[in-house]
Amino acid sequence: MSAVKTFLTRKNGRDGKLHITDILTYTYLIVGTFVMFGPVLWLVLSSFKSSGEINTFPPRLLPYTQETVVVDGYDEPLPLYRTTLDDGRVVELAQRRRIGLESQLIDPANPDEVIKVRIENREPVESVKFSLDNFREGIEQPNFKFWTFLKNSVLVTVVATILTLFINSMAAFALSKYKFTGRDFIFLIMISTLMIPVSVVLVPIYTVILKVGWFDSLWGIIIPGAATPTGVFLLRQYMLTIPDELLDSARMDGASEWRIYSQIILPLAKPALAVLAIFSVMWRWNDFLWPFVALKSSDNFTLQVGLQTFQSDLTIQWHLILAMTVLTLLPITIVFAVLQKYITTGIATTGMK
Amino acid sequence: MAVSKSTAPPRSILTVLSDAFTGIFDVVFGSIQKIIGDKNMAYIFVLPNLLIFSVFILLPFFLNFGYAFTGSDNFLLADRPFVGTDNFAQLFDCESFLEPNSCREDLFWRGVFNTAGYVFFQVGWMVGISLLTAVILNRDIRGRGFFRSVFFYPVLLSPIVVALMWKWILQENGLINGVLETLTLDRIRFLTTASWARFWVIAISVWAYMGFYTLILLAGLQGIPAQLYEAAEIDGATGWQAFRRITLPLLSPTMLVVVVLALIRAVQVFDIAFAFTRGGPGTATFTMVQFIYEIGFSGDRRQGIAAAASIAMAVVLIIATLIQLRVNREDES
Repeated sequence: MSAVKTFLTRKNGRDGKLHITDILTYTYLIVGTFVMFGPVLWLVLSSFKSSGEINTFPPRLLPYTQETVVVDGYDEPLPLYRTTLDDGRVVELAQRRRIGLESQLIDPANPDEVIKVRIENREPVESVKFSLDNFREGIEQPNFKFWTFLKNSVLVTVVATILTLFINSMAAFALSKYKFTGRDFIFLIMISTLMIPVSVVLVPIYTVILKVGWFDSLWGIIIPGAATPTGVFLLRQYMLTIPDELLDSARMDGASEWRIYSQIILPLAKPALAVLAIFSVMWRWNDFLWPFVALKSSDNFTLQVGLQTFQSDLTIQWHLILAMTVLTLLPITIVFAVLQKYITTGIATTGMK
Repeated sequence: MAVSKSTAPPRSILTVLSDAFTGIFDVVFGSIQKIIGDKNMAYIFVLPNLLIFSVFILLPFFLNFGYAFTGSDNFLLADRPFVGTDNFAQLFDCESFLEPNSCREDLFWRGVFNTAGYVFFQVGWMVGISLLTAVILNRDIRGRGFFRSVFFYPVLLSPIVVALMWKWILQENGLINGVLETLTLDRIRFLTTASWARFWVIAISVWAYMGFYTLILLAGLQGIPAQLYEAAEIDGATGWQAFRRITLPLLSPTMLVVVVLALIRAVQVFDIAFAFTRGGPGTATFTMVQFIYEIGFSGDRRQGIAAAASIAMAVVLIIATLIQLRVNREDES
């Protein structure tokens, strides 16, 4: 029992000795790291594999390519194979041609002499090579317009986040720092829709977008989610903690209501705004269902919609899907790598109270 | 005005821009303020948000009832004939509610059963694993910030990326089957065996989202005063007792938030399952939201049925929220 106790409650490290519970803890953490990062690492490693290598089973960890050699008298570089000659020497030879089960090998230094070997007696000469071919080929695909999708995703994420922060903070300011008729009613209505996801209103919101004329346009993606009740609620709760006296003394000094909002409230609400910004970027960048319904032409697709459409096309091959998946997760991974400390502490301390 | 201008000489482009922005709005809002008075400025501040909220959240919410009580495949509400509760009657037309095959809308009930099973197991596993991870991260460990980020990282990945990544690992010639083969075991068709596909949809979503709940629980754990444990130690409490009598009760408000958030999210399961198996094999991972999408937007476009189904789902969500509020209130009193 005392082992359990130490495990659950002890803040160890004081005596500097490694306890069994420490071993368990670090085992869990290391296995955890492997489980959390492993799939991503595997995806990234696989994305460098050639279309041939990608279908090799069982799969190998690193991307290999067969080495080739340029031989006089042949237009194309020839693939290299390793084989054991009759006299016991192991040599690397280029394959000139393969006929059935027989392989015709030649020595690059002496291309006139042909050595015939059965194919099971030769092994390809391979080396680890991180090739960008999949990425190059994937970007040039007509049905995955990477740069267009990226531009759309960035545009939606940035514009929507700025708009969300702006209008949510204004509303939260009004709801937390003013007394006006209808205030409690407005707040109540917003709170009660807190838990209504887009999937519940999918049909009618589609009609509204059609009517407004924003179907198949990025505005139809950006605007509807901008007035998120979650954001208003988060900011309002935070702004309630800002003392009213600050506002009153600014008013005495002749500050306009806008100045109070933009130069007192906003700077003081920075931690809550930062958390909302993180959430907004996450929601928007990863959003799928609504853009999937509201966008029609591929020129307006976001990365997520583009990727799903790309992968459901059965003629597309894995090596391209993998490369495009890596490109899709790359931007958010870079943002996270730079800001991870702020993101994790921000969400843990201010988020979701 | 003491607050308006900073006196520091070096000004970045960003400050200049934000000052210009503030200035322009100040002129506009200032003149409005002169006309309507200080107190009424609240309406101006709340207006943009309220407008978008009303048109794109509130209005659709009510329009949904319009669709649920009308028929035909017309998207324009005015052109749809009133059918009363027909859509609901059709949706709930079952000989036995336990047997989807006996229902007129059997696909809907498959979605309901799949979603219910998913919610049950996913929330259970999610909360359990998140709690264990949070307890471990709360110990005095080296590199806590790093490990916290490690567990959080998948939260940022999009459901489509997550689904594709795992599909690649689990496909017939994938990594897991490669490992099985190396161990001279038989390969498993994870994606085309119903029970395996269900299992992996749950496992993948736990993998993807657990970091978020771990962070919330960790914040809750760190809010428990250390003196309580010291006092318990002096009183000779065992570790399990301390965990049950101190940690769990004091963590219960946070736990409740986590359970309800996980529950609400689980009911809406769609993206990962859709990108992973497209609801298959057969209908093994077909969810309620996929039903709403497919019935309303692809194929026969029966928006009335889709709206009725989404209202049924909203009822479940509202009940979950009410339970949370109820338990919360009891907690406080």
